[in-house]
Amino acid sequence: MKNHEDHITSYSQNLTVLLALLILTTTSVLAVKFHFGAFTVAIALIIASIKAGIVLTYFMHLKFENLLLRLMVGGVFLLFTIVVVITFIDYYFR
Amino acid sequence: MSTTEHSEYIDSDTGKMGMWLFLFTELFLFGGLFIVYAVMRSKYSEDFHQAALELNAFIGATNTVVLLVSSMTVAMSLTAIQKNRPNIAIGLIFITLILAGVFMMNKYFEWGHKFSLHLYPGSDVMKSLPHGEIMFFGLYYMMTGLHAIHVIIGGVLLTIVMVRLKTGKINQQHYLLQENGALYWHLVDLIWIFLFPLLYLIT
Amino acid sequence: MNYNSSPTAPLNYLNHKTGLWSWLTSTDHKRIGLLYLYSITTFFCVAAVLGLLMKIEKIAPGQTIMTAQTYNGMFTIHGIIMIFIVVIPGLAAVFGNFFLPIMIGAKDVAFPKLNLFSWYIYITGACLGLYSQFAKGHVPDAGWTFYVPYSAEVNSNIVIALTAAFVLGFASILTGLNFIVTIHRMRAPGMGFFRMPLFPWSLYATAWIQLLATPIIGITLLMVIAERTLQIGFFDPALGGDPVLYQHLFWIYSHPAVYVMILPAMGVVTEIFPTFSQKPVFGYVPIVISSLAIALVGYFVWGHHMFTSGMSFQARWFFSFLTFLVAIPSAIKVFNWLSTMYGGSIDLKPPLLYAISFIFLFTIGGFTGLLLGSLATNIQTHNTDFVVAHFHYIVFGGMGFGFFAGLHYWYPKIYGRMYSIKWANIAWAFVFTGFNVLYFPMFIMGIQGMPRRYFDYDPKFQTGQMISSIGAFILIIGLIGMISNFVYHRRRGAIAPANPWHGVTLEWQIPSPPPHENFDEVPVITRDPYVFDHPYTKSK
Repeated sequence: MKNHEDHITSYSQNLTVLLALLILTTTSVLAVKFHFGAFTVAIALIIASIKAGIVLTYFMHLKFENLLLRLMVGGVFLLFTIVVVITFIDYYFR
Repeated sequence: MSTTEHSEYIDSDTGKMGMWLFLFTELFLFGGLFIVYAVMRSKYSEDFHQAALELNAFIGATNTVVLLVSSMTVAMSLTAIQKNRPNIAIGLIFITLILAGVFMMNKYFEWGHKFSLHLYPGSDVMKSLPHGEIMFFGLYYMMTGLHAIHVIIGGVLLTIVMVRLKTGKINQQHYLLQENGALYWHLVDLIWIFLFPLLYLIT
Repeated sequence: MNYNSSPTAPLNYLNHKTGLWSWLTSTDHKRIGLLYLYSITTFFCVAAVLGLLMKIEKIAPGQTIMTAQTYNGMFTIHGIIMIFIVVIPGLAAVFGNFFLPIMIGAKDVAFPKLNLFSWYIYITGACLGLYSQFAKGHVPDAGWTFYVPYSAEVNSNIVIALTAAFVLGFASILTGLNFIVTIHRMRAPGMGFFRMPLFPWSLYATAWIQLLATPIIGITLLMVIAERTLQIGFFDPALGGDPVLYQHLFWIYSHPAVYVMILPAMGVVTEIFPTFSQKPVFGYVPIVISSLAIALVGYFVWGHHMFTSGMSFQARWFFSFLTFLVAIPSAIKVFNWLSTMYGGSIDLKPPLLYAISFIFLFTIGGFTGLLLGSLATNIQTHNTDFVVAHFHYIVFGGMGFGFFAGLHYWYPKIYGRMYSIKWANIAWAFVFTGFNVLYFPMFIMGIQGMPRRYFDYDPKFQTGQMISSIGAFILIIGLIGMISNFVYHRRRGAIAPANPWHGVTLEWQIPSPPPHENFDEVPVITRDPYVFDHPYTKSK
């Protein structure tokens, strides 16, 4: 029975990740103050996606997991995106 | 007879894969609500903007910070158990649970404030609003409500982890349950990372 | 090659521990598979009787034995039971549970306790579904599809039924999760993915759909419950919602769900054809790829249930095109099955008889699906009996006959007894004849304009309806014959050898019935799965 990967994320590495996330959060709050019109959603979602990526990669340890798991996670997000896009083929053109 | 060992512990790679697969189902569960959000937002962008003004972005941002910090503390608890410091792990999970409590308290006040304004689904105030605002608030309540349920589930899971750390059932050699509990908690954080801008930052 | 030390292993999973309690608390995948078999068979019989009652009502125009309201309740619960309780769990829960670990050389699934827990969740959901019929209030009558606005407004036990479906979805998700991890982590040494037999491959593709599609219907049903109880109205136009959005969300799950139904059935017949032709499967890799392709592309066709709902032209075009594409991998499989039999040493035993029937009925269902998937002809046939005939050919003719084929194939392995071949063949004749007499007239009536879900009809349909109802009786006789063959020989049948059909996959290398932990020693796999000249594995 395999007993976990050997990689240990240090306390300070975890703290660094949090600081990055807090900076991005502040950025997204400030970015909204400027009026980007239709792009506001896109910018908010992009920043959220970066934050999500950081949580997945470091806190959830995907960076140090095997390729199979990373492919699965990528595949899941891709599938969901495709479903949303297809739904909008209806709504956008109605 | 059999060549495999009969351990009470599940192989950690197997158990971890199982947890990730379960997280995928949670992503798709919330995904359905995100689809509704996307459709309604595209249909009623002005009303959504208007309705979001009713939300307090400061509380939302505070809750975001609370969850992000809690993700860090639970990740640090894994560092602790890997370094064979179960008591530090317990302490860090305890802090995580406190932060979860803070989140829920904020939510309680947020919702309570809206209820006091009669701003809830089915109320006369709600029904008098423009359609897009009704949709916004329906999404607000359902998404944050479902999320809050998951905060509670995550809290229960982490409490079990804390107890098992105390009894030694989770230790430096066997900490799969703690790892999986942390993964679930990160998911709760992940969902909020998307909820926050979509609900609070569209002013 | 036998994997266990004694030629007649007296201790097997059936007598390992006895008593009802040992069955209800067992985490043995074989016992759990049988728990599912007995529950699913019971519910199938209930829903079949409901179907028979519906056909008795329709044997003549006007009210025959029930009111229109009762009829609406009947087709609703018939659908709920058949779809959520019988066909979706169906093959994966029964034969997947029983044979997946054995066929990949494992002792059990990855999470045996979760497996048992899943069955209890399933039973809870199934009982909730039944409860919707007996609880105070009217029987649900919105169809198993629960379309809004009717399902959100009608005064009947809809919330109970929705909750039942939600709970059943959970069981489906957990089984899928268990199977994915089992296939990734528990294969015997030497069994790379491309040395895995094709039934496990079909379960793998199925499990991904169960995992990723089911949550969407979970949340959608919750939304309808929210609309009924909390006035959160995403689908209510009076509040700004869109009823078509419900249809999108519902079918985003329910279309992939039909592939959950059919893929394991295709997997079962893919095992039967090589065994009864004594020849390797033709096109192993194309079958693998086509299974995965069906699972994937099946996610993108859901709108073909909604062509008349008011979607944009671009959406209708897109969904129709993708629907035609998804038919291709299925056609590839049919080609491969036929090519497997070609030139083989054919032994027309009941499993093969059902498997060939499967091809015939599934092909009819498939072709009529193209007619439905085509935008112009869909307008004529949508919501008619044509649709009802189509999905019964695909689901019952496909998954159902696949299930029967699997029963006839694996019965000797499961119970260590053999049924009567003659009895099975006679029952088959009634089932196959009754099936076609029951459903084929519906194609014709549908094109002529007979709507679905109607308890009464224009007198011009009387002949067709009567023929169809007679078919139902013939079918039921056949089903009774088939089930009683199995029940009668359970303890009275001839003792079955370990490998009565001369199969080459792992389940035939262990005794019938299998021992408690399947293998005495972990098998080491050294060859591809469908080699017929000599055994393809050796023990350590």
